Amino acid sequence: MNRIVVVGASLAGLTAAETLREEGFDGELILINGETHIGYDRPPLSKKILSGAMNATEVTLKPAEFFTANCINHRIGMRATALDLTARSIALATGEILAFDGLLIATGLRPRPLLRQPVLRGLHMLRTLDDAAALRADMLDTPAIVIVGAGFLGLEVAATARQMGLDVTLVDPMELPMAKQVGRELAAAVLHKHRQQGVEVRCGSSVRSFEESKGQVTGVSLEDGAQLPTKLVVVAIGSLTNTEWLQASGLPLDNGVVCDSFCRAAPGVYAAGDVANWLHPRLGVQMRFEHRMHATEQAMAAARNMLGAGLAFDPLPYFWTDFYDTRIQVFGRIPAEYEMTVLSGHLGESGFTAAFCQGGIVEAVAGWNAARDIRKISTLVGNPAPKEAVAG
Amino acid sequence: MIKIHICEHKCVGAGQCVMASPEVFDQRQDDGIVILLQQQPPDSLVPSVRKAAKLCPALAIRVEET
Repeated sequence: MNRIVVVGASLAGLTAAETLREEGFDGELILINGETHIGYDRPPLSKKILSGAMNATEVTLKPAEFFTANCINHRIGMRATALDLTARSIALATGEILAFDGLLIATGLRPRPLLRQPVLRGLHMLRTLDDAAALRADMLDTPAIVIVGAGFLGLEVAATARQMGLDVTLVDPMELPMAKQVGRELAAAVLHKHRQQGVEVRCGSSVRSFEESKGQVTGVSLEDGAQLPTKLVVVAIGSLTNTEWLQASGLPLDNGVVCDSFCRAAPGVYAAGDVANWLHPRLGVQMRFEHRMHATEQAMAAARNMLGAGLAFDPLPYFWTDFYDTRIQVFGRIPAEYEMTVLSGHLGESGFTAAFCQGGIVEAVAGWNAARDIRKISTLVGNPAPKEAVAG
Repeated sequence: MIKIHICEHKCVGAGQCVMASPEVFDQRQDDGIVILLQQQPPDSLVPSVRKAAKLCPALAIRVEET
């Protein structure tokens, strides 16, 4: 293999490039970065970057020397526009054609807008450092914010905005927006926490339209007839995979780049991170994870497999979310139908841990301000369910 | 030899470092923030420390070559 091209230079792309070098690949390595920044860490964008407790330098993933030290041709501010699987080449926005022997796709996500979402001043979405800077500037200048979408991102922005002293209204069409991610019990406890902190939670409400004056958002109208006057709105209703550039390539695309258990989409073509829809080897179903740890681990696996390791990617999924003084951490994947066994503490209080079981097997463990304990019980995942709760 | 630097301000208590290198890292009981058990571990532990730094989801571990 003489030349490997990695498309996407955020966490997954950078980790893949680094791993290729660590594993001994000494050919030409080209990293295509569609953004104008060196790759950075995204979880702080909705928390410490938004609040101002961290700056952009602190979240940059690699120093500039990394690219020269590892002999990586870092094409910053450059987009890939097409893939030709027969010619084994990609096209760049400049029209340049780059041939490859190996291709690693890590083009990630972008925010999903609402249907017919207008472009207005004060109407934000959040994915990039620049998005976070623009949102923060408006938050410092406005007393109130409406957040559309009460998933991880919307809830974290809500908590940060409350801590910055803004009045916060949270709108989501579902009654328990986080139930799929953290289970019904924890989802209810999360909403309770936000209400306690003074957030106006309007679950079961959808946005009908935005009000505007001279290109500035002035309010949100909901389907239930409510009018929410505001000059600041964040839409955080999920993401779209960045796969348009692959549309004509013949690569299998369905909810991202479809890969086998080895993160391989076609001979010599691999995908990793948020964009990769890979075949989970143990569960036997295609899945895509939009979590920080997953991007690192999958990029390492995909890079190694590109060099011939031949190892199925079978991670123990992990995610966390922070709001106010609370951190929820989950190892594994909470199934749609589960039995929850409390292992310690009380729901919604520090020290709470629980196992989520299906068919007598622990599929996930979750903790509420229980970081040390949750790590210890992460070994339960994949094993028979505990007989009964440990008294809390 | 390596020298390890940790940043409590960035740490998110994921515990990946402890799983990768339990001889070098631990977590505080109350909030899960990283505790460094040895700043200059012996060579035998260096690969596990590098793995910990790479897996840390918060860029809280820096490995300095000395």
